[in-house]
Amino acid sequence: MTIAVALDGKLGGAFALQAMFEVPSSGVTALLGPSGSGKTSVLRALAGLDRIAGTIIVDGEVWQDSTTFLPPERRRVGYVFQGAGLLPHLSVAANLAYAERRAGPGRFARHVVVARAGIAPLLDRRPASLSGGEAQRAGIARALLGQPRLLLLDEPLSALDTDARADLLDWLDELLAEIAIPVFHVTHDHAEAARLAARTIRLRDGRVILS
Amino acid sequence: MGLVLATTAELALVTTILLLIIATPLAWWLARSRCWWKEVVGAITALPLVLPPTVIGFYVLIALGPASPLMALLEPFGIRTLAFTFTGLVIGSLFYSLPFAIQPLRTAFEAIGDRPLEIAATMGAGSLDRFFTVALPLARRGFLSAAILVFAHTVGEFGVVLMIGGNIPGKTEVLSTRIYQLVESLRFSEAHRIAAVLVLFSFAALLALLLIDRRIGTPRP
Repeated sequence: MTIAVALDGKLGGAFALQAMFEVPSSGVTALLGPSGSGKTSVLRALAGLDRIAGTIIVDGEVWQDSTTFLPPERRRVGYVFQGAGLLPHLSVAANLAYAERRAGPGRFARHVVVARAGIAPLLDRRPASLSGGEAQRAGIARALLGQPRLLLLDEPLSALDTDARADLLDWLDELLAEIAIPVFHVTHDHAEAARLAARTIRLRDGRVILS
Repeated sequence: MGLVLATTAELALVTTILLLIIATPLAWWLARSRCWWKEVVGAITALPLVLPPTVIGFYVLIALGPASPLMALLEPFGIRTLAFTFTGLVIGSLFYSLPFAIQPLRTAFEAIGDRPLEIAATMGAGSLDRFFTVALPLARRGFLSAAILVFAHTVGEFGVVLMIGGNIPGKTEVLSTRIYQLVESLRFSEAHRIAAVLVLFSFAALLALLLIDRRIGTPRP
């Protein structure tokens, strides 16, 4: 079972992305490159948030080709945006419930995920009152409760200070080893990619230079 | 004064409710669409801001009069004209106050940005779901502002009412036209009372708007 991506197109006029790769649909794949290299664009295309010409096939299921385009709400991806991306008008608990209600039951149970993320004391809090690390853990917990087929992490550690970063890295490393779903991890940090990922796809100026 | 006050309040309330329903999808489209001609629509909906109310009133009067092709469509239902009726007044008010609903709603929808809607989409929420569970709650202060502005602006309307209302007591006579009549007949003390009520009401409405705006500016604890 693989995730096959072949994108070759433009986004919003100027930026051109050319990315072809095929990875096994298990384990962590790092998308590594400097800012503006197109790594977040690949992630957004995988989620269906942007449509760039090309094909995306996940475990034999066509998510996108010249005639098909599955909208993001039907792809079942867990997308953790930069800064975690919790809905600002809902408490942490309501954020979790938002994903849960739309996904239905699955392999990730609420009490297990909440305990694993250590966010039980934060459930009644608003996203604006959380620290960077707390928000990331809540964001990842919410992504898992969407019972995703694919977990997409966009620079989950970049907004954190050094201490919080080291803590979250340890936690993320353990967590990603436990969950049996494929993960794409966008980062510009080589050490982070080496620590978390089983394989690395390097991008530069909108092109894959090494995979 | 009681009857006039009731007519005024009823007109403002009906206009506010109808306009929030009409303006919401329009403002949403203006905020989200990427087509180049949307500003043409934006300008048309903003026209009542700069047109003299008598011009709006004049066109609405023509459109609702017995010679209008629009009224010919309603003929089978036994309606020959809506001029000089409360319904006609509501229709005129809808045009007159439209920009005051569109602007705050559009601004509120634009301020949400793409991100919260994208977040909801990745969690499996379709477009209607996203609109009701993300866009509406995040734009709630825009709705409050729009409601206050439309209500207050409709209470203050004069030119449109004069053109299509006919000033019929209990049906189409409102506070602003009553003042005009009172002054015409030199009954200044009664005019004073109504004027004071309107000044107080307008002040309260503007104060409420500023307080809402201040709450938007400060982050929640």
